[in-house]
Amino acid sequence: MATARVSIQTGDFNLAGEVDTLRKNDKRVGAVCTFTGTVRDRNDGLSVSSMELEHYPGMTEKAIEAMIDEAIERFDIFAARVVHRVGLLQPLDQVVMVAVTSAHRGESFQACEFLMDYLKTQAPFWKKEETPEGARWVDARVSDDAALAKWGIRAFNA
Amino acid sequence: MKVTIKYFASIREAIGQGSESRETSALTLADLRDELLAASPAHAASLARGKAVRMAVNQVMQGETALLADGCEVAFFPPVTGG
Repeated sequence: MATARVSIQTGDFNLAGEVDTLRKNDKRVGAVCTFTGTVRDRNDGLSVSSMELEHYPGMTEKAIEAMIDEAIERFDIFAARVVHRVGLLQPLDQVVMVAVTSAHRGESFQACEFLMDYLKTQAPFWKKEETPEGARWVDARVSDDAALAKWGIRAFNA
Repeated sequence: MKVTIKYFASIREAIGQGSESRETSALTLADLRDELLAASPAHAASLARGKAVRMAVNQVMQGETALLADGCEVAFFPPVTGG
């Protein structure tokens, strides 16, 4: 594939542009599924004014590349792309996008959800949010481990 | 042998540095964690066995039985919260 499958960046991304690139000249594609995660202004009972995203450079890219390999192994998909932002973000900002192409919708829907479930518990990112009570590191959720378990993978994260 | 140790997020803040280079005789991640627990009160508090600490060797998540090699990169971090 000509384009990188994984990008970790401080800048924003353009979902429509990413999808155009992902399916460009690929006449086999009959379905594109995307997910976009954005910054909420509330979390765990407190308002959130901003969020700082830290990551482990090198491992993050490696981990997500491995997830895409696994998705291609499991589902009949043609291509996948993951973009994740790091640094300082505000409510309404885009954080993450996953896009997947396939011949029919079922496979890309599934692969898109699989990639997000995997990313939530296995990609080394950490969120620190600014609240009226001060800055706090976001806690991992047991429900995210459970989401990955439905694909038959034990997460051991939260 | 020599290993590079990286810390992230709340563990990085507690220990006060993002990485350190260390001469060690540790064979496994568990051995290295034991050594670090004795290194300073901040190490002891943030890497304590009761705490949720995740580990990686050469940028792949591993359990404490993972073997170390000269020049490897080890990382300690809290549960991940991206997405």
